[in-house]
Amino acid sequence: MTLEKKENSYSICVGPVHPALKEPVKLNMEIDGEKVIGVDFELSQVHRGIEWAATRRNPLQVLFLAERICGICNMCHMLSFSRAIETIGDIHAPPRAEYIRVIGAELERIHSHILWAGVAAHELGFDSLMHYTWKLRENVLDTIEYITGNRITKGLITIGGVRHDIPEKKIPRILESVNFYYSHFDKMAKVFLNDPVIKSRTRDVGILSRRDALTTCAVGPTARASGVKKDVRKDEAYAAYQDFDVEPILPDAYTGEIHGDVYDRVLVRLLEVKQSAEIIEKAVKSMPKGPIAWEEKPAVILAKLKPLVGEGIGRHEAPRGEVIHYVKLVGEESPYSWKVRAPTYNNMMPWVPMLMGEQIADIPIIAASIDPCMSCTNRAVSADKTTTMYTMDQLRRLSFLKTRELKRGLGK
Amino acid sequence: MIDLLVARILMIVPVTVLGIFIGLLYKGIDRRLAARMQARIGPPLVQPFRDVKKLMLKENIVPRDAVAWVFNLMPFVALASSIVLLMYVPLFGYPPLLEGHGDLMLVLYMLMFPSLALVIGGFASSSPYATVGAQREMITMVSYEFPLAITIVALAWLVSATAPGAAAFSFSAITAIPVWHLVGVLGSIGLALLFAVIIFVTTGEMGEVPFDSAEAETEIAGGLLSEYSGRNLALFYLASAIKILVLGSVVIALFIPFGISGYAGLSGIAGEAADIGFFLVKLFIVMFISSTFIRVAAARFRITQVVKIYWGYTTMIALLGLVLIGLDIFMGVI
Repeated sequence: MTLEKKENSYSICVGPVHPALKEPVKLNMEIDGEKVIGVDFELSQVHRGIEWAATRRNPLQVLFLAERICGICNMCHMLSFSRAIETIGDIHAPPRAEYIRVIGAELERIHSHILWAGVAAHELGFDSLMHYTWKLRENVLDTIEYITGNRITKGLITIGGVRHDIPEKKIPRILESVNFYYSHFDKMAKVFLNDPVIKSRTRDVGILSRRDALTTCAVGPTARASGVKKDVRKDEAYAAYQDFDVEPILPDAYTGEIHGDVYDRVLVRLLEVKQSAEIIEKAVKSMPKGPIAWEEKPAVILAKLKPLVGEGIGRHEAPRGEVIHYVKLVGEESPYSWKVRAPTYNNMMPWVPMLMGEQIADIPIIAASIDPCMSCTNRAVSADKTTTMYTMDQLRRLSFLKTRELKRGLGK
Repeated sequence: MIDLLVARILMIVPVTVLGIFIGLLYKGIDRRLAARMQARIGPPLVQPFRDVKKLMLKENIVPRDAVAWVFNLMPFVALASSIVLLMYVPLFGYPPLLEGHGDLMLVLYMLMFPSLALVIGGFASSSPYATVGAQREMITMVSYEFPLAITIVALAWLVSATAPGAAAFSFSAITAIPVWHLVGVLGSIGLALLFAVIIFVTTGEMGEVPFDSAEAETEIAGGLLSEYSGRNLALFYLASAIKILVLGSVVIALFIPFGISGYAGLSGIAGEAADIGFFLVKLFIVMFISSTFIRVAAARFRITQVVKIYWGYTTMIALLGLVLIGLDIFMGVI
């Protein structure tokens, strides 16, 4: 895609290396004065061949490889991968394990959202707030460490269960952490939602209309802030989420209106911190008794997984949105194929409608408002530039053909 | 007379050295305090000195497309003009070194020089980030100049009204009697407003958050300074360090020229030392409010918001202060 040039306009590229970005991506902007009149972005500035590596390892090893896709929301990849495998083998994790998965995933959401809030404050040039929010984040990290032994990469999940139980004596510490976030929610809401300077920098900035959110397939908080009621935790019954009545949080719950701007995205994430705390509290209090894994011995798990043949998909509502893992097993030790679709992949197209017509000063906060995670998104790079690029229509036609083929296979 | 001039010229070097020392020290204090307010430990007080030393040792890179001679000249212009400014402002309660050769009006104009050097250097560096930064810096300068000019005019008016015949814009006339002693209740309110205005303008002059859109690290990667490195960057850094002292001294001379020796009953060397110490305390307070405190308490404004705030609100407050002082003067006359 080439950007339209206008007389007196000039181009600025944000990235691949730029202080506003925490990970490499290249945003090409056409600027007229201070106003953005053209947006394009180039991906594939970072790729690690993780999927390729997975086809040379057994599922239990891939599990830990999956955890290393993202440095922040690592558990969502572990969970999605194991759910994909569980679909193929019709394996069901015991109820207690599902509850522990929910607790782990929600602790992760709290930590990810608060981390993001700090980054957003930094993008606005408000470093004091960044240090304050990151100080609040320490509490949840300590709790995660208390439960799993690690602050970030938890290693909590295994195929068909979890690897660490949460014994009765550890529960008070978790509830303490939940209460900590209840008690600090009002203060955070006051700073992020009512501070006049922050409000003036986020309100009606980077607007993503509901229509644009739907056509660009936005997911997670980015979509919800634009009024799209979409949350995998609600839409698909998995883990133990069906027990907690998870309602997708839309910004009108707090302000009564939906703008689809950066302010709404901040708002949705802050409310989700509170929602996660509520889910954890309920889950901890109503945890069923029983085993924590379908099978505890790794060798037995591997032996049972080896003969499996089939394709599976695992979905999970990661802090940034829906993450999808596709796995194909062909009865060998390693997966035949593994495809990861991280939420940032969907949330990048909304950048274009968000950034159009905005000021240069707002580029960092708008770019950050989808909580981009580049290393999770980039998995392959085409080295020779002659590779064909498919347009939307071509892709749709291809998917029609594929569907027809699948239908034939199903005998319809 | 000649001897006096020679003595003054000889004083230039020690004053410059002292200015750089105090400026860097206050930068260190500022960074440390800001860190403490953000719940960080912060760098040691000598960090700015180390920064300068290290920058001086580093390679000085000139971008390929830059206008090299302008690019290299501007850091010297910025530093030189800051040093000249230092000669025209009253330091430590003493009259300016070049008293009689220029007054407040000259300082007002000269204050633009370091910023202008930054702007020209930014344009000369050929980087789009620096170009955006330079445009923003120009707009910021134009924005804060107006309320600053109103403040200074108001004070000069007050001085000329109460002491007819005095050189209203000279520092000696303004510092002779603290302005607060010249006015009644209305005038005091007006002066307080103007004091707030000049503190706020000082933040913009120093280019600190929330008015640092010209450098905006997360947006335009350091803006004006994005292409500067090594010695050139060190010179700009020194210029900004001296500017702290200059701006602080101007605010002190205009609004808080009080000495402490009279109140403490000290005289001679002890009195002088007390006044110098008190000056440093006042300088610290001005720097703390206008730079450190505002910096940690706010997010960065967009350039459009900067213009709105300076030309809109700040100018309105300054005009209100001017009107109140005017009323005070007329009532005094009647």
